[in-house]
Amino acid sequence: MNRFIAFVKKEFLHILRDKQTLLIMFGLPVVQVVLFGFAITTEIKDASISILDLSRDHVTRKISNKILSTGYFKLDTYLDHEGEIEQAFKEGKVKEVIVFGRNFATEFESGNARVQLIVDATDPNTGTTLINYTSAIILDFIRGEYPEAGMFRPVALETRMWYNPELKSVYYFIPGVITIILMIVSTMLTSISLTREKELGTMEVLLASPMKPAQVIIAKVVPYMILSFINAVIILIMGKTIFGLPLEGSLALLLGETLLFILVALSLGVLISTHAATQQVALMISLFALMLPTILLSGFIFPVENMPLILQLIANVIPAKWFVIILKDIMLKGSDITDIWKETLVLVLFCLVFIAASVKNYKVRLE
Amino acid sequence: MSEAVIQVENLTKKFGDFYAVKNIDFEVERGEVFGFLGANGAGKTTVMKMLCGLITPTSGKAMVAGFNVFGQQNEIKKNIGYMSQRFSLYEDLTVIENITFYGGIYGLTNAEIKERAYRLIEMHGLGEVKNQLLASLPLGWKQKLAFSVALIHRPQIVFLDEPTGGVDPITRRQFWESIYEAAHSGITLFVTTHYMDEAEYCDRISMMVDGEIKGLGTPTELKQLHHAKNMDEVFVNLARKKEFIE
Amino acid sequence: MQVAVKIENIRKTYGDIVALKDISLRINEGEIFGIIGPDGSGKTSLFRILATLLLADSGTVSLLGLDVVKDYKALRKMLGYMPGRFSLYQDLTVEENINLFASLFGTTVAAQYDIIKDIYSQIEPFKDRRAGKLSGGMKQKLALSCVLVHKPRILLLDEPTTGVDPISRKEFWGILKRLKAWNITIVVSTPYMDEAMQCDRVALIQDGNIMSVDTPDNIVNEFPARLYAVKTSNKHTILTDLRDFEYTGSAFAFGDHIHFTDVRTEFTNDELKAYLEEKGHTDIDISETTATIEDCFIELMRKKI
Repeated sequence: MNRFIAFVKKEFLHILRDKQTLLIMFGLPVVQVVLFGFAITTEIKDASISILDLSRDHVTRKISNKILSTGYFKLDTYLDHEGEIEQAFKEGKVKEVIVFGRNFATEFESGNARVQLIVDATDPNTGTTLINYTSAIILDFIRGEYPEAGMFRPVALETRMWYNPELKSVYYFIPGVITIILMIVSTMLTSISLTREKELGTMEVLLASPMKPAQVIIAKVVPYMILSFINAVIILIMGKTIFGLPLEGSLALLLGETLLFILVALSLGVLISTHAATQQVALMISLFALMLPTILLSGFIFPVENMPLILQLIANVIPAKWFVIILKDIMLKGSDITDIWKETLVLVLFCLVFIAASVKNYKVRLE
Repeated sequence: MSEAVIQVENLTKKFGDFYAVKNIDFEVERGEVFGFLGANGAGKTTVMKMLCGLITPTSGKAMVAGFNVFGQQNEIKKNIGYMSQRFSLYEDLTVIENITFYGGIYGLTNAEIKERAYRLIEMHGLGEVKNQLLASLPLGWKQKLAFSVALIHRPQIVFLDEPTGGVDPITRRQFWESIYEAAHSGITLFVTTHYMDEAEYCDRISMMVDGEIKGLGTPTELKQLHHAKNMDEVFVNLARKKEFIE
Repeated sequence: MQVAVKIENIRKTYGDIVALKDISLRINEGEIFGIIGPDGSGKTSLFRILATLLLADSGTVSLLGLDVVKDYKALRKMLGYMPGRFSLYQDLTVEENINLFASLFGTTVAAQYDIIKDIYSQIEPFKDRRAGKLSGGMKQKLALSCVLVHKPRILLLDEPTTGVDPISRKEFWGILKRLKAWNITIVVSTPYMDEAMQCDRVALIQDGNIMSVDTPDNIVNEFPARLYAVKTSNKHTILTDLRDFEYTGSAFAFGDHIHFTDVRTEFTNDELKAYLEEKGHTDIDISETTATIEDCFIELMRKKI
């Protein structure tokens, strides 16, 4: 046991003395969260819109004027019929089309008026923001007209997200960032630190010592596990405090699942190191063979459901995909283990497979 | 005959407060095989780097191949060759690719490269292996080739940094024969080595200790001065043991 | 005398390259055994096989009666292995490095201080310095302390002196000799032929073959010809001129002399001297000399070719 503790201590010393790695480990998450968070919640200003007013009465005019006077929107054109909507979006001139139903003023009195908001959601975040702004302005108008109405809404707001029906909101990025960071720290750094021992020639000495190979690996992995966990917690706290990220489900479950994913990532790192002879190769494998698919196929940036079938199938073998689902479900939907046991099981399987493959590949001798 | 191609006066290099090289003086003549010895960390590498125009000295004067180490580093680089045991040639290129690459680096024309590559291959009997990857050649051949490549642009001076480490005794001696050959054609050779017997093959040697030159002369002179049988004893006499940061 | 290392018909290939060609060797307990040969002669493969890290294609190796394949676990506790170009953890201090290696073998520096004292006390004043900032000689001492800290019964040192200056090398051999007092068997390899004299027995290895195994003195005494040291005023041309001499057996530069053998058993200095004078040499000095290990190595290599 002393042997083990001494080794873990040594590993911590390596990490703490390597300022660059430390910076990557703790600076990167902060930068990424801030970048993703703020880049996505930019304010709307002078967004081009078109209006299709099918009633052209005093109420619709009032609403249109109110919307256009806020400074958030800029009128591109008034459309004449529904057929033009598609064209307006395709030309890329407008981000949103507001459609007022027929006989708006009359229906407004009877509480059956209809407004349809159609946005170009190719950029999902701008899309949501536009919807939110427009709805707020219309609701504000209604409150102004009928101060006594309370919750009564004489207008049916109907929204359509085009090109990206299941809109991903800003919160959805935080789970993605956590996943990426855990992959970087756990997989890349472990595989590099293990291959570094090979390059230094110290692995030869470790192998020739009575320390069991499994002990060497676990001892090397423990510090990264702890650091990755701290990292995940930092990102969660940042998400909560800076971006008001909700946590609907249980915190314990969230942390437990995080730990499970860290284990998956670490065992993958170990697996890579059994194949890579140099730090450079380890870095290349982690970066290109893992990071890119993780970013692209995990559903972090691009929704998996919208991908071609073949990519959807490939996405299934990306551990990050399952972790992103788990995180979103716990944080946003408040799911408990009975809802996400399947995804959890998949991660457990990944972990076992990686460990089994590493053990099989790990040699008690040199090749 | 006595035409100095390397002239060093009061040359000093400081790293922070540490004198890596302290007020050294020496001259090397054209066609001379000059041995540059010293313990690990005595400052040999720093001197080599200054003379090759890779780092600028802190103070002093040094002329290499007629150019000043202060400001004329580029001219120096064109007139010298360099070979070290650790780095010289690319293992994943073939013999001919290596030659062509280095010829190109030194700005030779394609015709020149072709002609010199041909002669080089002839001279070392590399015809059969010229299209093989360097990695597949025995160490001795690689070293020979590395040396000829260092000579490809007909430099005035060639710096050899521990050129013979790890080679078998016969190949090592053959290597020295090519060094002599080069010296006869008027090239100056500046050699570092850890083999003390090789020190004896040099025309003159200098011995660095703690950043200073503590011995300079022909092997015979140095041995007489230190009442030593061989260079090994001279070395031990001069380099009093001291540990310092490299 | 007990046999500590028994190597029987070991063969090791890497693809088409045969690194070790069916070699056999016995190393006695408590001796300093040198494996002398240039780079690429198979030294490192041999050391890795001894250190239980590499499997031979065929043949058997046992250390202290334990098989390197079957009993590798037990053996690893008794071996101190220092690989070629072994670098310590550069970012750890001297003290952190040695403590780590002590705990790897389940011991402490304090408990084993007696065996490493001789070496470690020299670097202890720098114990808070990072290993990466040590000079070559100090690094080597630290590395030796690290592989010695668990009192191994056999030390396997692969090229510990490569790239180290002559003084540090001498010191290192002094340390190894003092270690003999602990009855540790030391197997050490080196490309520096002169270091062979420091060993109790040596094996000369070239191209995966062991050319000769004996005490250095015996190897030197068995040099097959009379050896002459020749020196003239012209260092550069003497060698080629000697090679042109019709009775030259061999002529190789050794320091400031050429070591020369004559193919005939009857040889007179005067004849050679006359020849050299004719070639324009002056200050001719010819005297009989004793062979060095390097002469023998060259001779053995030539015999093979």
